[in-house]
Amino acid sequence: MHIPDGYLGPPTYLAAYAACAPLWAVAARKLKATLDARRVPLLAIAAAFSFLVMMFNFPLPGGSTGHAVGGVLVAIAVGPWGALLSVSIAVVIQALLFGDGGITAIGANCFNMAFVMPFTGYYAYRVLARLFPSDRGRAVSAGIAGWIGLNAAALTTAVMFGIQPLLHTGADGRALYAPYPLSVAVPAMMIQHLTLFGAVEGLVTGLVVHYLQRSRSAWVLRKPEKEAA
Amino acid sequence: MKEYRPLLAALAVIALLTPAGVYLPELVKGGSAWGEWGVGEIRKLIGYAPREMEKTADAWKAPLPGYSLPGRKDTPPEPGLAYAVSAFVGIAACGGCAYLVARRLAARGGRDGRR
Repeated sequence: MHIPDGYLGPPTYLAAYAACAPLWAVAARKLKATLDARRVPLLAIAAAFSFLVMMFNFPLPGGSTGHAVGGVLVAIAVGPWGALLSVSIAVVIQALLFGDGGITAIGANCFNMAFVMPFTGYYAYRVLARLFPSDRGRAVSAGIAGWIGLNAAALTTAVMFGIQPLLHTGADGRALYAPYPLSVAVPAMMIQHLTLFGAVEGLVTGLVVHYLQRSRSAWVLRKPEKEAA
Repeated sequence: MKEYRPLLAALAVIALLTPAGVYLPELVKGGSAWGEWGVGEIRKLIGYAPREMEKTADAWKAPLPGYSLPGRKDTPPEPGLAYAVSAFVGIAACGGCAYLVARRLAARGGRDGRR
């Protein structure tokens, strides 16, 4: 899900940066207003956790790999705006230090993994957890929300890939950037994420919530009263 | 900080397990993630290298490319070891940056910032 350099044309990657700029600004304002100084280390741990989760590549038969992101779990712990900050930092470090995801695509990758995923997953979790408020219900809700969040991000990523041939095709009919149209990119990305990678994301999210509930770190899941929703 | 100790320990354990993220795909010939192919792989897939992609794909030289040592991306002697080291480098970099940014934000306006 990490779009490399050279896959997106300037209109797409610049638009993604432009979409992220106000989101980052709002995140800074929200955190400034609501972040309890004692929870600062939790945001750091969230960024490191998301970074680590993305290192676990799972292979799919047919020659592909993928990974979970942890974005929904992070959002349940630190709120969606905190997740936007934490996962964005992980995405930037991955691009700068490890060449995982392009420099030009940092905006696009943050939009997909640090915004779309935590926000869709977090609100899905809130709705589901209200319907099933028991400990077990909340853990299952978190798992389903993880699956939903990862797939929402996979969809926006696939759309970014898929619109490139529409925007940039040479006179000879050859693609200039990512070559596969929507009709190929969307099914390819979604089949992988709806099945294996989504299942991994859901299991990780649900099991960690389940485990945290009965550990002495259960406070991680309790929202501080004033934290922004 | 005491309440963070179990979480930090968990991060360390997860980091030590990361080599599974290299060896598992290797075991079943997982290949690249969809949409993350190198220019050479793209050429094999569609028969040519998209012109603009070829120009910009390798614009950035990361110090630890692919969570490995530079220049040995595909054939390091111990890919899992380099990967685990990258995991700890990543924890320090992500945790450090997020800590500094969050602390600044909390100190400026957080309700408990001056305690």
